[in-house]
Amino acid sequence: MSAIALPGAASARAPFWRRLSSQEMLLAVAIVGLAVIVGLVNPRFLSANNLADLLLGNAYIAVAAIGMSMVIITGNIDISVGALIGVLATLSGSLAVAGAPIAVTWLAPLVLGVAVMGLQGVIVAYVGIPAIVVTLGMLSILRGGLISVTGGKWITDLPDAFHLADIEIFGFIPMPVAIMVVATIVAAVWMRWWPLGRAIYATGGNPEAARLSGVSPHRTLVLVFMLHGFFAGIAALLFATQMRVIQSTTPSGLEFTIITASVVGGVSILGGVGTVVGSTLAAILIAEITSALVFINVSPFWTHAVQGTLILATVIADIERRRRRRAGAVR
Amino acid sequence: MTAVATSRRASRARVFLRHETILAAMLVVALFGLGLFNDRFLTVDNLLNQGRLMTEIGLIALPMTFVIITGGIDVSVGAIVGLCAIVLGYSWKNLGFPLPLAVVCSLGVGAAAGFANGFIITRIKVPAIITTIATLTLFRGLAEGISQAHSVRGYPDWFYFLGQGDVFGVPTQLLVLLIAIVVFGVALDRTSFGRTLYAIGSNEMAARFSALPVDRVKLAAYTLSGLTSGLSALVLVSRVTTTRSDMGMGYELDAIAAVVLGGTSIFGGSGTIWGTVIGLVMIQLLKNGLALTGVKGDATIMVIGVVLIASVLIASSLQRRRV
Repeated sequence: MSAIALPGAASARAPFWRRLSSQEMLLAVAIVGLAVIVGLVNPRFLSANNLADLLLGNAYIAVAAIGMSMVIITGNIDISVGALIGVLATLSGSLAVAGAPIAVTWLAPLVLGVAVMGLQGVIVAYVGIPAIVVTLGMLSILRGGLISVTGGKWITDLPDAFHLADIEIFGFIPMPVAIMVVATIVAAVWMRWWPLGRAIYATGGNPEAARLSGVSPHRTLVLVFMLHGFFAGIAALLFATQMRVIQSTTPSGLEFTIITASVVGGVSILGGVGTVVGSTLAAILIAEITSALVFINVSPFWTHAVQGTLILATVIADIERRRRRRAGAVR
Repeated sequence: MTAVATSRRASRARVFLRHETILAAMLVVALFGLGLFNDRFLTVDNLLNQGRLMTEIGLIALPMTFVIITGGIDVSVGAIVGLCAIVLGYSWKNLGFPLPLAVVCSLGVGAAAGFANGFIITRIKVPAIITTIATLTLFRGLAEGISQAHSVRGYPDWFYFLGQGDVFGVPTQLLVLLIAIVVFGVALDRTSFGRTLYAIGSNEMAARFSALPVDRVKLAAYTLSGLTSGLSALVLVSRVTTTRSDMGMGYELDAIAAVVLGGTSIFGGSGTIWGTVIGLVMIQLLKNGLALTGVKGDATIMVIGVVLIASVLIASSLQRRRV
């Protein structure tokens, strides 16, 4: 069959039980199931406060995972995004403290994010250097640069108007959650029905075929990296404005949490397959697991081990599933 | 047949000459430049001390050369260093193992971690990048989970011989590194194992059809990578006298930078141990030189990132011109 698997296209024809077994549905079931189980062990887990904190504190990961999913769908990877979010958050906060207009403090990280990622996209697409090497180099440039410029100092005394995350839409939907939901839906619709969005899948599924059908894989790749930078900018804003201080270091291994969200969300690391709805659900699930560990009295130091196991298991399952499908197609 | 072989050898010699001569010339210039800049640099003490500091990355960069020659990559090495360090400290302090047994355990865990990488890559066919990114998180997570953020100190004195001792005035671990360089160099250049690494990197399908043990050789390369990461952890613990779960963080960057700077193609199929050694020395000189001129450690990470990207860019533009 076609090398470019259309997300949703298969499920539209598939029987009901098949549609249930899609990655997105599995994730939704896992999110609810885990909440119920942990809630039985420790009812405080299900308190409105905890659930709200969980969403608020992790919306930026889901937003960053949207861009990461696009990058992975094209068959590439980016491990510099964690450091980039740190740089952009610090930039935005420093501007705010220096008294720049609020609009500037909100726009600057988006612009710089697009620029940095666009540059990496150009190197990957046009010079043909593997994304892992380019982004590994960029990771150390950004991380080293950030710490040596800020000296590890925290940014405090941020003006009140800066706190984007404090805004509530209609008086009850917190901004980070609204942004997460809207960004996911817009990106999903764009990737599903817009020609440029489809080009992302085409590039990842089979670049040569994409080229022959009039899609420029190079230009698509640069566009995807720029979009990824844009989402990283939004994520940085959410990260910067959720607390009263900005630490110059992002949570360690942030890039891996974001990659985990994408991969667990069903984005195939071989390119060409996956949806951002899946990655957002996976980001919520990961946040839920991390929080659940605390509520069932497991030390938070095990968080990364659980994440690593989760990503490994998903990747292996994905590869095995593809192999079985291919074997089935041959027969 | 022989004509092809000689011409291939001749052309390879030319490539050798180009890359390694350029690197070696840069190395000499850097040495004297830094020496002129700072009179503390070109002293025997300083150079030997740099050799001491170079070993931890060096031991990892050697098998990394093998891995990258096969067209793979291993970004989990730094996490393996952390895990092995923690296993050493935990099994000695908390489980009460005698230290020699703890050392064996630590090396065993390193090899097992590398084997796990290789197994997932060769048997389940998960791309090396993704496998090692996932195991990076897993191994670092295991180190954090086992240690619970406790560090272990107070090792017996004899253990510090590896990381702080001297043999005839030469740092112990530098001797270990030199032996490893010779072993890895001979293995790559003079054995069928080494030739198979090149064959896999040039054309894996062709290597398979030539009945070469592709999977077994790749598995061995990743296992070696884990094993020497364990050895690197021992050297590191012995040098800094403590174990922490964040040990070895970012080592993958230094090791990959050394290998790529040394002329090994990131696409696989070409590269030498000698190139990697020169790349390694260059990076250590860069770090030392920057530190002596008052640049802080974090800015050094930044410079290494620039060097990594720049060297790949230059290498790929040179390659393009040659083709």
